[in-house]
Amino acid sequence: MRTLFNSFTTRSFSLVLTGLLLCFCWVLPALGAQYDYVDINNPALRKIPTAIPFFKPVNQTGAEKVICSKAADMLADMLVFTGYFKMLDRGSFLIEPYSPNIVARQIKFKNWTGIGAELLVTGGVVLEGGALNMELRLFDTFKGQLLVGKRYRGREDDLRRMIRRFSSEIIFVLTGNRGIFDSKITFVSTVSGHKEIFTCDFDGKDPVRITHNNSINLSPAWSSDGQWIAYTSYAKNKPDLYIRQIKKKTGAVVSKKGLNIAPSWVPGKLQLAATLSFSGDPEIYLLTQTGKIIKRLTHSSGIDVSVSWSPDGKKMAFVSRRAGSPQIYIKEIASGQVRRLTFEGKNNTQPAWSPNGDRIAYTAMNRDGLNIRVIGIDGRGLAQMTHNSGDNESPSWSPDGSLIVFSSDREGTSRIYIMNAYGTDQRRLLKLPGQQSEPDWSGNMTAP
Amino acid sequence: MRKSVWIAMVLMLVVPGLLLTTSCAKKATSKNGPTVNSDDAARKAAEKARLAELERQKQLEAQRLEEERLKAEQMKKEARDEFENIYVHFSYDSSVLDDMAQDVLRSKAEWLRNNPESRALIEGHCDERGTVAYNLALGDRRAESAKRFLISLGIDASRLSTVSYGEERPIATGTGEAVWAKNRRAQFVIQ
Repeated sequence: MRTLFNSFTTRSFSLVLTGLLLCFCWVLPALGAQYDYVDINNPALRKIPTAIPFFKPVNQTGAEKVICSKAADMLADMLVFTGYFKMLDRGSFLIEPYSPNIVARQIKFKNWTGIGAELLVTGGVVLEGGALNMELRLFDTFKGQLLVGKRYRGREDDLRRMIRRFSSEIIFVLTGNRGIFDSKITFVSTVSGHKEIFTCDFDGKDPVRITHNNSINLSPAWSSDGQWIAYTSYAKNKPDLYIRQIKKKTGAVVSKKGLNIAPSWVPGKLQLAATLSFSGDPEIYLLTQTGKIIKRLTHSSGIDVSVSWSPDGKKMAFVSRRAGSPQIYIKEIASGQVRRLTFEGKNNTQPAWSPNGDRIAYTAMNRDGLNIRVIGIDGRGLAQMTHNSGDNESPSWSPDGSLIVFSSDREGTSRIYIMNAYGTDQRRLLKLPGQQSEPDWSGNMTAP
Repeated sequence: MRKSVWIAMVLMLVVPGLLLTTSCAKKATSKNGPTVNSDDAARKAAEKARLAELERQKQLEAQRLEEERLKAEQMKKEARDEFENIYVHFSYDSSVLDDMAQDVLRSKAEWLRNNPESRALIEGHCDERGTVAYNLALGDRRAESAKRFLISLGIDASRLSTVSYGEERPIATGTGEAVWAKNRRAQFVIQ
């Protein structure tokens, strides 16, 4: 490996990931965090011009070349997905494909600054007997500096995971947080003709169906560790709450008289809020992951539903009809104090508390249908994110707060879209037959 | 042509002649028997006629009963269909029962009183304009307010159950108030 990749080993540690995927890291400590590259709280974000030439096939085999172009494209797609980067066309590069020099002292940074690239990613790939070794580096071309470099070892089918890992490293070094690459999205789809629960990767890849009961399944919600999903199912002809540990296939069912709906997990805990109507009135309760009631959280007659927790779990936003129309309220759990958040419009539902804690996205009904709005938790800074594009609903934030996933029927049928936190770059997340709705974005699932 | 006319004429004369001959022959035989026999036969014939009339009456009665039964059954079926197919409707974002909704529920109560062995499931439904969870809660409120009104009319609570389908089971598709109004409903299912 040393001869292959030269010497960058100022410091190194390794991580054992699932399967064979290994990662060695040699970030230069002197550089530390580079958080000033991307300010995710800046609405007028400038996309950073970035160059990703095809990676270098070290043994120059055909199979290696295939991986080299596939991996470079995959990385470019993932980075573009974040909304922070503008990929430069490889046709404009001043170097030959597959033959770039991949380490700092060989790179002529002027070749890159000359075409406007501010960031450069290089890679080297060795594919031997199904074992895949990949080394990836991110450079600041103007400073001529390595920002982060990683070496990954695994099987050929670990490729996507390696690229995901490195995308996460890039975002960490540029923004100071881990990004979205280890997160997933759960949603409802009628692919089979019935509403069933699905999951997919953060970028819409790899959709997996997780319910198979041919009834109506609704409102899936991730636990913050990404191990559990709670949802409502009519598998037994009434709306019951299913709390499932996805990988272990264990769980509980809350099947009281009336409604058992609208789950929302408390951040960092295996507890969840849900609306139950066994008392004759829809009220919000706090439950354990085994479905036992810990306590009742609302005490007003009429509808109380759709909790979203503050990131510290100390407050909850929820929908109540206590003032005669559905509006969003915030309750501080310790003091029991409740205040109304939304005053504009007569139908505001589906609050989603941002991971930064300062804003709440929700769905507002007005003349042109349903639209996503965002409001500060102090009630200031109300902004509408969608306009004149059918019904737009069910907002949910990415774990880093940079993106919002939602559903929209702007193309006739309900599908899942994403936009950045300020409403720009609205695009469809995935294409499946039937209708897709009620997306919920998980937290990052594995510690980096 | 002429030949066939002749044949027709012969047949016209000969056939009735033959018939007369037979009946005469019968008469002749009966005249030879005892007079008691003749009375007996008359009585028998009368009795037979009486029985036939009785049977006819009986059949008519049975037919009338059957018709009545069918009519009753039909009415019962109609009442049952009406119970299941006439819905209680609501205004937008409301579970309040207006006069029309109360009238519909009074006829539901009447049916339930006439069919004391039956139980009913009340489904609450919404139009598709709101959002999923809120509409589930609204559907629950609609079914509950229908149930409470029936209880206030004297129907035993144990005969009534509710389920909300929110906006998941519309009966009309499309947009516009006419469609939405149809979908905002409480619907009864006999169990």
